[in-house]
Amino acid sequence: MSLEVIQPGVLGLLQDRGRFGAHRIGLTNGGPLDPEAFGYCNRLLENDAGSTAVEISFGGSHFRSTVDTFICVTGADMPLTINNREKPLWAVHPVAAGDEIRLGFAERGCRSYLGVAQGFTVAPSFGSTATVMREQIGGLRGDRLQPGDLLPCARITERRLYQLLPEQQPHYQNTVTLRVIPGYQQAHFSRLQQRRFFSHAYTVSERCDRMGYRLEGPAIACDIDGILSEGICFGAIQIPADGQPIVLLNDRQTIGGYPKIGSALTLDAARLAQLRPGGTVHFAPISPHGAHNALHLAYSVARRQPLKERHLD
Amino acid sequence: MLELHSAGEDALILYLGHETSPVIAARVQAACSAIETALGDDLRDLVPSYASVLIIYDPLRTDHLSVGHRVRTAVSALATTAASAGRSVVLPVYYAAESGADLETLAQRRGLTVNEVISIHSETEYRVYAIGFAPGFAYLGQVDERIAAPRLATPRQKVPRGAVAIADRQTAVYPAVSPGGWNLIGRCPTRMFDPAATPTMPVAVGDRVRFEAISRERYLALGGDLS
Repeated sequence: MSLEVIQPGVLGLLQDRGRFGAHRIGLTNGGPLDPEAFGYCNRLLENDAGSTAVEISFGGSHFRSTVDTFICVTGADMPLTINNREKPLWAVHPVAAGDEIRLGFAERGCRSYLGVAQGFTVAPSFGSTATVMREQIGGLRGDRLQPGDLLPCARITERRLYQLLPEQQPHYQNTVTLRVIPGYQQAHFSRLQQRRFFSHAYTVSERCDRMGYRLEGPAIACDIDGILSEGICFGAIQIPADGQPIVLLNDRQTIGGYPKIGSALTLDAARLAQLRPGGTVHFAPISPHGAHNALHLAYSVARRQPLKERHLD
Repeated sequence: MLELHSAGEDALILYLGHETSPVIAARVQAACSAIETALGDDLRDLVPSYASVLIIYDPLRTDHLSVGHRVRTAVSALATTAASAGRSVVLPVYYAAESGADLETLAQRRGLTVNEVISIHSETEYRVYAIGFAPGFAYLGQVDERIAAPRLATPRQKVPRGAVAIADRQTAVYPAVSPGGWNLIGRCPTRMFDPAATPTMPVAVGDRVRFEAISRERYLALGGDLS
């Protein structure tokens, strides 16, 4: 019982919430680039939070169900069809064995999550099913989905057809403001350089992937060119010698020696990961206190979003 | 020295020194155990490195003030720690031009013979200062000044698994095929990271490592390959 991958699309990866507690042997986190959309996918399906889903980047995917179950797609607006009939995103749909599920290419945003009732049942490695291709760990074979892969899932006959109403859904723009907690080597960036960083727009370069997003814009100078290698947390913004910031994401290296001006909030990094090359990024400073409040508020709001039940016509 | 800074919305970084030394490494080790005890389930991950510890906590359970307070208390209560002995690990290395593409260049640049480079590299006892970059990649220091060499100007696209390499005063064994800019001097047949093995790595931060020069035959007998 499974979904069969007919075409994985540009990039399809099995992800759960991510791998934690394994930095000491050099393993990074992996996990969904957009935890908000991933979280809604599981919540709509009444799954345990963090159940394994497929992260689809840019779209172009085709799956065939070999089982009766329910699916849900959240995230970027990739047109979804089941047996060539258009279906809404952010909504639970029944599928029967033999049904064809297709996702077109996204026009806004670029990451979507395809979930099934109870999640895909893949054996975890180091406590997680998150696929990190660079480490060859997680998912199936530690690699991206390939045509012919079978994604194991259970036969499920009952699920409420929950949906998130359009006014509750996130709208992915082409511009993102990243709130940044100044930290790490902040003291090695002069006030002028910090002002430059926080007052100019940056553009997402072609070099953007699950490890990090490299931005282009006014170069930021640092008093030092390197530091004794140290741990890098999620969202850390490295400034290499050329002065162009790199926002480090889920598949980043766990340690490194470039100076860092601060770290982006996870909430905003999720929106950054929905940008493609050419997207615009602004930075705004926030205190650790402010970040803590923003995070709790966002979680509390998301948790209390009411889900509406749909009835099939 | 004890400095604690915010690193991100769920992370603090603790600095215990500014340079690479066995004494600071021992403090890093001791601080890690103390922090684990002090934070319990609020702790999500720790990244010890040369002179710092990145502390990642669960921001839905606690906050930077509480974590900062508990870390300060735990770490300042640490007695001055003697450099812990760590385990002693011996890693075999086949040093040769065919297994270490930069061995001869490095020797020439440093005005040494290849044999001198090999004996200097294998006579030093190293300490595991950090693990990161890739699963199982252990940063070992300090390499003798006489054979220290900067990273290559152009990194290689593909460094083979088991490659033994030098960058500045650090040395390492590549745990898997990966890109890399370190100077390659030999190959080690021991797997540095095996997800199926227990433990997954032959070394941990704080361990002491010595390299033992082996012949081509011995290298192949131990499962090494030269592709």
